[in-house]
Formats: sequence, structure tokens, C-alpha cells
Amino acid sequence: MELFSARQVTKHYSNHLALDQVSIDVPEGSIFGLLGPNGAGKTTLIRIINQILAPDEGELFFRGQHLKPSDIEKIGYLPEERGLYKKMSVGEQALYLAQLKGLDKNEAQKRLKFWFEKFEMKGWWNRKVEELSKGMQQKVQFLVTIIHKPDLLIFDEPFSGFDPINANMLKEEILSQKEKGATIIFSTHNMASVEELCDHIALINNSKVILKGAVREIKKTYKTNTFKLAYNTYEGDLQTLLPASFQVSGREQDSDHRMADIRIPAESSPNDLLNILLPHVTLFGLNEVIPSMNDIFIRAVTDQNSSLQTPR
Amino acid sequence: MNKIILILKREYLTRVRKRSFMVMTILGPLLMAAIMIVPIYLATRTNETKTVAVLDESGVFYEKFKDSDNIRFHYLVSDITSAKANFTKSGDHALLYIPKTEVTLPSNAILYSENNVNINVKTYIKNVMSKQIEELKLEAKLKDLQTDVQHPVQVDDILRSIKTNIDINTMKIGEDGKESKSYTEVSMAIGMFSGILIYFFIFLFGSQVMRGVIEEKTNRIVEVIISSVKPFQLMMGKIIGVGLVGLTQFLLWVVLTFGIVTAVTSSFTGKADKKSDTDSMVVDKPSINSGHLNLQKAVQQDTGENMNEALDVINTINFPVMIGSFLFFFIFGYLMYAALFAAIGGAVDSESDTQQFMLPITIPLILAIVMAQFVIQDPEGPVSFWMSVFPLTSPVIMMIRIPFGVPVWEVGISMLFLLLGFLGTTWLAAKIYRTGILMYGKKVSYKELWKWLRYK
Repeated sequence: MELFSARQVTKHYSNHLALDQVSIDVPEGSIFGLLGPNGAGKTTLIRIINQILAPDEGELFFRGQHLKPSDIEKIGYLPEERGLYKKMSVGEQALYLAQLKGLDKNEAQKRLKFWFEKFEMKGWWNRKVEELSKGMQQKVQFLVTIIHKPDLLIFDEPFSGFDPINANMLKEEILSQKEKGATIIFSTHNMASVEELCDHIALINNSKVILKGAVREIKKTYKTNTFKLAYNTYEGDLQTLLPASFQVSGREQDSDHRMADIRIPAESSPNDLLNILLPHVTLFGLNEVIPSMNDIFIRAVTDQNSSLQTPR
Repeated sequence: MNKIILILKREYLTRVRKRSFMVMTILGPLLMAAIMIVPIYLATRTNETKTVAVLDESGVFYEKFKDSDNIRFHYLVSDITSAKANFTKSGDHALLYIPKTEVTLPSNAILYSENNVNINVKTYIKNVMSKQIEELKLEAKLKDLQTDVQHPVQVDDILRSIKTNIDINTMKIGEDGKESKSYTEVSMAIGMFSGILIYFFIFLFGSQVMRGVIEEKTNRIVEVIISSVKPFQLMMGKIIGVGLVGLTQFLLWVVLTFGIVTAVTSSFTGKADKKSDTDSMVVDKPSINSGHLNLQKAVQQDTGENMNEALDVINTINFPVMIGSFLFFFIFGYLMYAALFAAIGGAVDSESDTQQFMLPITIPLILAIVMAQFVIQDPEGPVSFWMSVFPLTSPVIMMIRIPFGVPVWEVGISMLFLLLGFLGTTWLAAKIYRTGILMYGKKVSYKELWKWLRYK
């Protein structure tokens, strides 16, 4: 079941196309990564989901229904450009933002009290925002994003500007929100966090979705049947032992072992490779090379960019 | 709607709690009170001797006006036309003209002068006149009593029946001998005051709106907020909230100024009373009750009378229209300009970038203030008319014109255009604002703004 879907969403700015027929499906209870280089159109899409911008064409669905203005109370949004009123006290400000999301004052106060305790910021209520460190301000921002228990949480570049300790805390908190049943969309350049957190992704480049689906499936399709072999005792080039259909690349050497990446033909199995090599080498390890999201990202983006350039 | 109220409340409370608001609220009335009190104080303290020419056609007051320390009287024997003609050359402070009355005793007089008549002079004349008339009336009453002994008469009744209120109208005689009723001055003052008030209100609080928008942009909180509310709600909440701050300040100023003025004037007239009381004890005891007490009462009455005169003027030009239109032009003028200020705030990144966009907004306002003196000279002329219809100048210009009397249909048209102007600028501003608040680090040009207006 999809919590949120976008169908053929297109958005023009005066002189460029920000989104071109973009369709995404965000399954309920998943963490959905919105990836793409700078200027690809991620923030535009996020702003459209938040109804800050209206699409020129296309449709948006929330729980199968057309997205309506009142749905913003079911969405929590932490923008990339985020901040707080500097001269206002922390508690008053959090209360105000929570009320803007539709919480009544008493409920907001109760929940804020709980979170202030959890985040160890009890003494901050009456302090002005400008007196807080950046990390503390980020905690407050995160807190007001989730205070109204939204069904859909949207984080635009959430880890930018966080120190490793706070970043880790944020990651834990995102995961715990997922456990509580929230669906999360987050946009990022940080591929390591994608590997750790995301179930599904959509990769946007030049205003188009060029890759989308479950992370596991995508990785499978990007696998090249390549294996990393760690061996010893054989001094020569492995390629001389192997038939031409087995391609050897990425030769490396450390103090104890030699290593090589070997791509085997689709019809062969790693066993065939071992049968050929075992008489000649001492084997220390054999691993399948699974492409990282980073590799996939770079490959997908450069592929699309070059395919865009060749016709010209 | 609920959310607009939330926003409005925050905008209002954060500003009202600021120290600068408190300071302004206290300093404003002090300044205004000083402006009002000092001239009155000086007028009552002046030591210069004034001469007043008296042309008494009724003959009742001959030799009744006694010279005092500061006022000298001399009597004219001529007719009023030549007296007025000679007045400018005579160097007299004022010319008192008491017209002949046929049946009743005279109860009104006209005081001509080149400038405003000194308040002491006016009060003194009034006292002498009323005392004289009361005496005459009392004499008549006593004569009646002697002839009609059968009917017992209460002393109270007599006292009440002889009580006389003297009307003194003041008229100005210009250097060219032209007369004008001095209450056009009141019109001018009221008109100028309300025009300038609207001008300041728009500038002061319009730019507060702008600064508020810029603050939200530079703080980077705006995107968080517009993911909860529509940009239009945020803009209107801010505009209305700041507007209410302005109204609050204005009301506080009025109340406090009034309070200070009454407190101070009553304290210094109170002191003057005591002094005159002790003086009169020595000099002529019997007149304590009638003469000096009357004088003191008259001083107080006189300020009240000035108020009455002002009210008279407003009454002649339709009181409900005056108050109603002031509120209308005050509020809608502000709303219209505040929307434009909000749009500028949305379009720029910092206050230093606002210059190029401020110009087209400030020009009509400054023009209105510059033209105000021409409008006051010629409130019916074409320039006045068109400027009071054009929505960007009408709040200031119309308020200057209204005390002089403006046909209701003209006020109606002006209001209609202002309303349309308000809707138009708000619509325009909302479009610019909505796009602008999400733009960072971009130098915005007019061409760019034009593009934003056409976004869906």
C-alpha cells in the first residue's frame, strides 16, 4: 500500500524545467530516499509534496486520495534551509510551531514536555534561541517536525550541518519513528546513510526520475557477476590462466595477499572460476562484489548525462 | 482562519512586549503633550501689554473695561467698516465689536485680530461682559420685585435667571484687510494632523512588516512555517498583527496624551487660582466670589469652548463621515501599503537590498505629504481631487480634504478606489511574496518580479 504517490508531476520555472513527468511511489512504513545531484529537482518535488508549490501538471495522492490542503497536518517537514526565530524563547516557539500544525495548546504543551525531557533540554524552555548552540537548535527543529505525530515525515538533507554524535542521534530517531509506523521521505547526497536507512529510492537527475525501486532490487540489477578473489603464491597475471570470457580487473596487492576482481560470464558460476584457478593459486577468499549505492548513483547519473549529450 | 489568528497573535505579542514599544509608548505622549501644553502655558504667561480697541454699539459696556497690567482698552467712536479698515494700521492687538441689540441685552461680540487672540484677553473680556450683563439683569429683576411685591421670589431663581453666557467669535483680519473665519485653521489643523498621522503610521508599521518578513527569511524559518500554513495566511497574519500593534500604540498615545495634558494644565491653573485668591483678599474682598472665581472658571471654560468650536467645525462637515472615513483611510491605507512592504521583504535577502524597490512605494507617499500644503490652499481643485482618488495618495490627501467638507460621492469614489487598490496590491504582493520567500542568495530585478507575477 502506498502512503504517497506522485503521477507525472511536471513543474516549470520561468526558464527551466524543474520536474519532468516525475512519478514516485512511497510505500507505507518505509524509508524512501530521494537522491540526485544538486539542482536535480529534489527540493522542488519536496515542496510540491508539502503543497508549498503547485505542480503545473500531474497528480498527487495521499493514502489513495487526492492530496488536499488539510493533509499538511499529517506531514512533518524539516527543510534544508531551516531556522528559528532568534529572539523568541525556545518553549514559546515550539508551542507556536506545534499549534500551527493543528495541535491544541494543552496537547502541544504536554507532548513538548515529554520531548524536552527525552532530549535532555528541560532547562531550555525560557531561553532565547540565539543563546543555543547550533546542535541544540537542530534538536529543537527536529522536535517540532515530529511533535504532531505525522504519518509522513520529510527530511531535506537532514544530516547537513550535524556533528557525528547528533547525526547518529538523528539517525536513531528516524529509525524509531519508522518503528512507530511513520513513513519517511528523505533527500540526501550522503550515500552511506542511504545504504543504512533506505528501503526504497528514487534517483532524480536533470528533472527526470532515472532510477527507482527497492534498494535490494536495484542493487541486484546493478550487479555485474564480479567476484573479488584474495589469493597468494601465484606471481603471474590471472588472465593468462582464464578464458577470455572471464575478465580480470582491479588488481591489487597488500603485504599478505594479492587481489583481483574477476567478472565471469552470465552462464558460468563462481565454481567454474575456482575449478580453473585452484590448481594454481592458494585461495584466501572469494566475495561477490555488490555495487554500493554510491557506485550506482554515479553510474546512473553519468550514463544519463552522456546519453543526453551524444545526440547533439 | 484559525492559523491566521495564531500568527497574528505571535506577531502582536512579540512586538508589544519589546522594550522599544514601551519606550515609544511613553515618549510619544510626552512629546505630544509638550507640543500642546507649552503654547498654552506661554500664552497664559505672557507679560506684554496688549491694547484692545472697543467698538461698543450697544453702549452697555462704556468704560466698563478697566485697564489691567497686561491689557489696555481704548474706545472707538466710528462704524465697524472704518474701524476694521483702520485696525491693521493701529497696531492694536484686537478689535472688540459689540453689535447693537434692539430688545435684549447684548450677549455676543466679535473679536477681530490679525493673529490668534491671546487667551487672557479673551477671558477677561468675557468676564467683564458677563458681569456687566448680570448686573443689569439683576437690577431689572430687583425693579420687578419692587413693583410686584405680592409674589415671593426665591433667591436661587433670580441667580439662575440672571446667569449669562457670552459668545465671543474670533475673526481674523489679514494684511490685505480680508476676513476669514478663524475656524478654517481648525480644519487645516485637523486635516494636516490626520494626514500626517496616516503617513507616519503607514511608514512606521509598513516597514516593520517588511523587516519582519526579512527576518523570517534570513532566519530560515519561513519554509517551516509555510509547510503548515499558506504563504498568504502568513503574510496577512503579519500585516494584521503589526497593524494592531500600531492601533494599540495609537490608542495608548491618545489616552496618555490626554491624561498628561489634563493633569498638567489642571495643576498649573490650580496654582494660578490660589495666587489670585490671596491677591483678591487684600484688594477687594467682596469680589472673591463673583469676579475672580469667575475668571478662573472662565479659563477652564475657555479650553472647553475651544473644543466646542472644533466640534462645531466638524459638525458642519458631517461628523460621522469624518470619524468613519478617518478609520477607513487609516486602516485600508495601511493594509494596502503593508502588502507592498511585505512583497519587498519577500523579494530581498537583506534590508540593504530594499532600496530599489522602496522607491516606487515611497514616492507616492512623499508626494502626498509634499502636496499637502497645496491641497490645503485649494481643497476643491483638480489636483486635490485626483490625488484624493488615486489609491496610493488618497489616504493622506483625502484626510486633509475632509475637514474642509468634501461631497459624499467623492469620498465614496475615493473609498472604492482605495478598496480596489488594497485588493489589487494584496493580490500582487501575495504572488511576489510567495515566490520570493523561497529564494535565497539571488539578486532580484524588476524583470524577475514580473516573471513571479505570472507563475501559477
